[in-house]
Amino acid sequence: MCTTCGCSDTANPRVTNLKPGHTGETVHTRFDHSHPHDDHHHHDHDHRHEHGTTVPIEQPILAKNDRLAERNRGWFLGRNIVALNLVSSPGSGKTTLLERTIQDLKHDINISVIEGDQETLFDAERIRKTGCPVVQINTGAGCHLEADMLARGLETLQPPSNSLVLIENVGNLVCPALFDLGEHAKVVILSVTEGEDKPLKYPHMFKNASMMILNKIDLLPHLTFAVSKCLEFAHLVNPGLQVIQVSATTGEGLHNWYDWVTSQIKLSKQQGVR
Amino acid sequence: MHELGITRNIVSIVTEKAQGEQVRRVTIEIGKLSAVLPEAIRFCFDIVSQGTVVEGAELEILEISGTAECRTCGSQFELEQLYGRCPCGSADITRLTGEELFIKQMVTA
Repeated sequence: MCTTCGCSDTANPRVTNLKPGHTGETVHTRFDHSHPHDDHHHHDHDHRHEHGTTVPIEQPILAKNDRLAERNRGWFLGRNIVALNLVSSPGSGKTTLLERTIQDLKHDINISVIEGDQETLFDAERIRKTGCPVVQINTGAGCHLEADMLARGLETLQPPSNSLVLIENVGNLVCPALFDLGEHAKVVILSVTEGEDKPLKYPHMFKNASMMILNKIDLLPHLTFAVSKCLEFAHLVNPGLQVIQVSATTGEGLHNWYDWVTSQIKLSKQQGVR
Repeated sequence: MHELGITRNIVSIVTEKAQGEQVRRVTIEIGKLSAVLPEAIRFCFDIVSQGTVVEGAELEILEISGTAECRTCGSQFELEQLYGRCPCGSADITRLTGEELFIKQMVTA
């Protein structure tokens, strides 16, 4: 139940604070109206449209999300925060990869996490056990995070400057591809238990990602998954896609992932200085 | 079902532009490679527009075919999916059209 208005509406997005010292209070946020600086364009001149007139609009449908994403991007840049948007189908091992990454990097990098799921606080609870500050966003009827939801989550999370924010998007290979959050890069995670043709079946996600993590490679001896075929498909959709093969369970290949994360942080610092 | 969120954006933008006028028709462009289903948009449009100045408006959807240009040989060709190869064999292509999600215009009453 929402602690602000007492409603039990589960269809709308909610933000839950699981940072240390908080007991997981949920705030029901009206995402539609939450931003004080929304681009409400007030025209000074009076231009009432004539009856039956055609009025040109010429605007991208996702213009509002894109504007808010740009604001998030500026917010990150101003604080020298690198934000990575982790996307995949459900069950690819995103949360396990996050847990492991936090355990292995937390002494070198200041990390905090935004968890996106339709329902439950399960994933955020798992992240909290690593000692990492985490905020859960439940999207309710929604199937992906949008830029305004992330902005709300960040208000609660308050990540410090010079840090890394890992955003675990809702497990879904279709919808999150369309919504820019203002992240530094999208990282798509594909597990070898899913089938090598996923990049062709869900091309938008693989096209929009900068990095693909092929997870659960410790299971390859038990499967017929053809890694080379999968990479061929991925590069057909996105020739510039970088790929790292890992097992978040055994730790195999993770050093490559950590090197990449570290390089993104260095890159962001250089951009900030410029 | 991202079409619901997308339709909310359409109705929100159109409502804002209409400044209280009743809207009779809305024209949008949807690219065939955009991963957005026109039928799902239509379904959501009637529901999302209820109680707004857009309620009852006709939704005109212009579907835009996918085209691409090859970065290897420079020729232009049609794309049926988001990815594809140029007839010359190269997969290094630039998509030109087909990813549109755009509101063109509205007709007010």
